[in-house]
Amino acid sequence: MWVYEKKLLYPVEVSECNPRLAKYIAEQYGGADGELAAALRYMNQRYTVPDKIIGLLNDISTEEFSHLEMLATMIYKLTKDSTPQELEEAGLGAHFVNHGSALFYENAGGVPFTTTYIQAKGDPIADLYEDIAAEEKARATYQWIIDVSDDPLINDSLKFLRERENVHSLRFREAVEVLKEERDRKKIF
Amino acid sequence: MFRGTFEPYVSPFDPCPPIKVKTFVLPPQLFMNVQPPGLPQYSPAEALRQGSLWPALVDGFSKKEGIF
Repeated sequence: MWVYEKKLLYPVEVSECNPRLAKYIAEQYGGADGELAAALRYMNQRYTVPDKIIGLLNDISTEEFSHLEMLATMIYKLTKDSTPQELEEAGLGAHFVNHGSALFYENAGGVPFTTTYIQAKGDPIADLYEDIAAEEKARATYQWIIDVSDDPLINDSLKFLRERENVHSLRFREAVEVLKEERDRKKIF
Repeated sequence: MFRGTFEPYVSPFDPCPPIKVKTFVLPPQLFMNVQPPGLPQYSPAEALRQGSLWPALVDGFSKKEGIF
């Protein structure tokens, strides 16, 4: 069960209408290494991992959903009131034909989200290493979006989100260390 | 032994007979990071069977362990 707070995790401000930047940000919204993939991956893996790291996956998954909400806000604001012609010039013509002015879970190339992006292997080490890799790939993706963005206000929010990937990666690495301590631990059952 | 265990929560209302201890693999590479030089080696024939020249890299998963 979740309690919703009607505010963003971190402020999202936009300098100017920029549907092309919205198209690029979609990579983190509905792309393979994006926030939706991360949130769904952790929320699902948490059931079958060792009990000590269930809470970590639950908390990080919840935070990823709040990141997803920030990205949705960015995409909405950057495309708000864009005309079909402006969307088409920004490379969003196909998006407009399929979705109108609505947002959709797709990557920067317009490929719709698929759960084949994520995995639950049921092996704690395999799952945690996927999670670490996902955080590093998301960090890199944020870097490349910041590189092509000239909106200082959006970049401020993207920098915040990028830094969170570093923190999550470290938490998952710590989780691996926690599991390593369980090696050959003598227990009386 | 490259294995870890945990005890998942068991509810008195669980519908299936509970598995009280779950075992998972903690493979040797987790503890080595960089392989030190000069580790003991298997004979060539045994190395071929094991999949590694070095016993320190073999964790020997088997069906009998019942890991799932």
